[in-house]
Amino acid sequence: MTKPLLTAEGLTLRFGAIPALLDVAIDVSEGEVVAIVGESGSGKTTLLRVLSGMMTPDAGTVRWLGEEVHAMGEAARRRLMRTEWGFVHQNPRDGLRLNVSAGGNVGERLMAVGARHYGNIRTEALSWLAKVEIDAARIDDLPRTFSGGMQQRLQIARTLVTHPRLVFMDEPTGGLDVSVQARLLDLIRSLSRELGLSVLIVTHDIAAARLLADRILVMRRGRVVEQGLTDRVLDDPQHPYTQLLVSSVLAA
Amino acid sequence: MTPALRTEGLSKAFTLHLQGGTHIPVLGGVDLVVHAGECVALWGPSGAGKSTLMRCLYGNYGAGAGRIVLRHRGEDLDLVTADPRAVIEARRETLGYVSQFLRVIPRVATRDIVAEPMIARGVPKEEALARATALLNRLNLPERLHSLPPATFSGGEQQRVNLARGFAPGYPVLLLDEPTASLDAANRAIVISLINEAKAQGTAIVGIFHDAEVREAVADRLFDVLPHQDAA
Amino acid sequence: MSALESPRAEGATMEGYNFAYLDEATKRMIRRAILKAVAIPGHQIPFGAREMPLPYGWGTGGIQVTASILGPADTLKVIDQGSDDTTNAISIRRFFRRVAGVATTEHTAEASVIQTRHRIPERTLREDQIMVYQVPQPEPLFRLEPRRAETKRLHALADYGLMHVRLYEDIARLGHIAKAYDYPVMVNGRYLMSPSPIPAFDNPKMHRMAALQLFGAGREKRIYAIPPYTEVRSLDFEDHPFRPIRAPHACALCRSTDTYLDEVITDDAGGRMFVCSDTDFCAERQAATAQEAAE
Repeated sequence: MTKPLLTAEGLTLRFGAIPALLDVAIDVSEGEVVAIVGESGSGKTTLLRVLSGMMTPDAGTVRWLGEEVHAMGEAARRRLMRTEWGFVHQNPRDGLRLNVSAGGNVGERLMAVGARHYGNIRTEALSWLAKVEIDAARIDDLPRTFSGGMQQRLQIARTLVTHPRLVFMDEPTGGLDVSVQARLLDLIRSLSRELGLSVLIVTHDIAAARLLADRILVMRRGRVVEQGLTDRVLDDPQHPYTQLLVSSVLAA
Repeated sequence: MTPALRTEGLSKAFTLHLQGGTHIPVLGGVDLVVHAGECVALWGPSGAGKSTLMRCLYGNYGAGAGRIVLRHRGEDLDLVTADPRAVIEARRETLGYVSQFLRVIPRVATRDIVAEPMIARGVPKEEALARATALLNRLNLPERLHSLPPATFSGGEQQRVNLARGFAPGYPVLLLDEPTASLDAANRAIVISLINEAKAQGTAIVGIFHDAEVREAVADRLFDVLPHQDAA
Repeated sequence: MSALESPRAEGATMEGYNFAYLDEATKRMIRRAILKAVAIPGHQIPFGAREMPLPYGWGTGGIQVTASILGPADTLKVIDQGSDDTTNAISIRRFFRRVAGVATTEHTAEASVIQTRHRIPERTLREDQIMVYQVPQPEPLFRLEPRRAETKRLHALADYGLMHVRLYEDIARLGHIAKAYDYPVMVNGRYLMSPSPIPAFDNPKMHRMAALQLFGAGREKRIYAIPPYTEVRSLDFEDHPFRPIRAPHACALCRSTDTYLDEVITDDAGGRMFVCSDTDFCAERQAATAQEAAE
């Protein structure tokens, strides 16, 4: 069994009187896809933000390869965020620079870690556009001329270009047409397999979680109420809330 | 000889919280032993829990009590208590499952669906694709369908995709849930020969075969699954 | 006109003003900011910019820096677009003649303090000289990241990928880096810095310059500095190296082929000529040529 990359325990965070996280523990190992599911307001996005160091918990620790994430300096955390980590936002506009060309968007992370050869950056950007199925002819176009699905794929290319080990994804298929969602899910799945990526994905889409995730955590009101093998949690749910969640999914 | 798969006092019940916490016991004290190279057919009336047992064996359902011991990497692995990551690893290397339903990501070509578990086990991509094509051909799935996603296939075609995906990697332990349910006679015969070939190579097989002809052709013995005594 | 312009020529310094216009407490505050800026080359130091008797954009930052470092023995040169005789240059020189009584000059070699907008003199500067740059926008990331707090963080973390993205975009769209002035530089291998709106042609002059370079932004209330002999590198790509660009002509007046040229329209019939933008340098070369011819 592979070693955990990210481990968190005892995470608690309150917004005033409202508990957003209550004693949450989670770990992610090399190469595994872990889904966090739950309804809106269950704390899943907050958990993602705490795990990725964007928010500080009231209590609990998050460790990356043993090192405490919230004890790192901001410089170290930012370096992590542009090298070993990636973050894919629900709204691609939060993860892209809309006034910078597609190639520039993909190249930014390379340049941020020191790439200084235009030709190489361009070649790498082209190869990533191909991987996410964006026509090479669009490399100099601005992302605002792209469809929502293309923008999301561009965001993924931009995130993966520096070969992160762990990618946080916040509802990456939210707001997209169903047909576009399937294509994106397929892409995320095949890229994570090919690259041996670890992915921590927040979604309220149970079907997407089933297709992508090795393991699943079900959150409700800031707590993890059930977790385990994805198919076991979804096919043999134990907690009343998970049973409700699973039974509420419309079968296609 | 160490069994490839065995259960000890396995029981399983469902609690339906949405129906006022109704408790439905399905399996109780199941002791099943399967050795390499043999095929055990689960036997029992409809509703006795054959499919539930199969799903427990695959780790798809959690067990209520008892052990499910899989011979994995030369050691015993209890699927009831194993970490999810260990179960995933066991499924990748040791334990195959052919269900009645094909559940895959939309848009992925049939050939890739079949090749995927082989690639996950480390088979080079080219070889995996070649083996996938060969097996799909053997199961009489027209070659023009190999590059299409199976979502629009007929039930029989989807079942053959499922069979190819399950048989291609050569798992040491294989679970077959009604593998011939929607197949015609010609294809049933092919499945029978696939099962017998796997047995000859030492694969331990547990199956549910409603089709008497298939059952008689492949099963070395029957394992009785009885309705749970507590069941109403 | 080679002699120093005497302050006495226009009468005594104005009464009722402290030496060099600013009060001593303000000068001390600005000098502290300057010291800090010198200690951290390329890093922008906030300072309490005062209202000056000229509008923002005319050099209020440069004037305050000059006023703070000026002593009675200094000789001041002011250039605007490389020229000593434009309105703004003349006004600022006269201002300091009046309020500080210092000597002023148009000759680079004679000046101890040179306040500039848009150019660095062609003549190599010395250790006993100080360059004061008027800066409209001190933040090199201004057009890329509008949030001030975020640009400060990017500087703190030396996170300058964004600036390279801008250069990448130029090459992708135009085939070359299009920034012809205010071309961003890395100072001392640490801080990204705006060199003020000087032509990219002048950037190499900043590298290991013997003179102290001070930058004042009045409206934006920032001071930054490059100490003498500091490494100043223009950003570029390995396969698209930085190139100082000048018009491919010789100066019509002094025949110089290695100085920065201004294009001058001479008539309404499309007539034009290229002449040195550094008027002092050009005049000296013309004088030298004339002398050679005479001999």
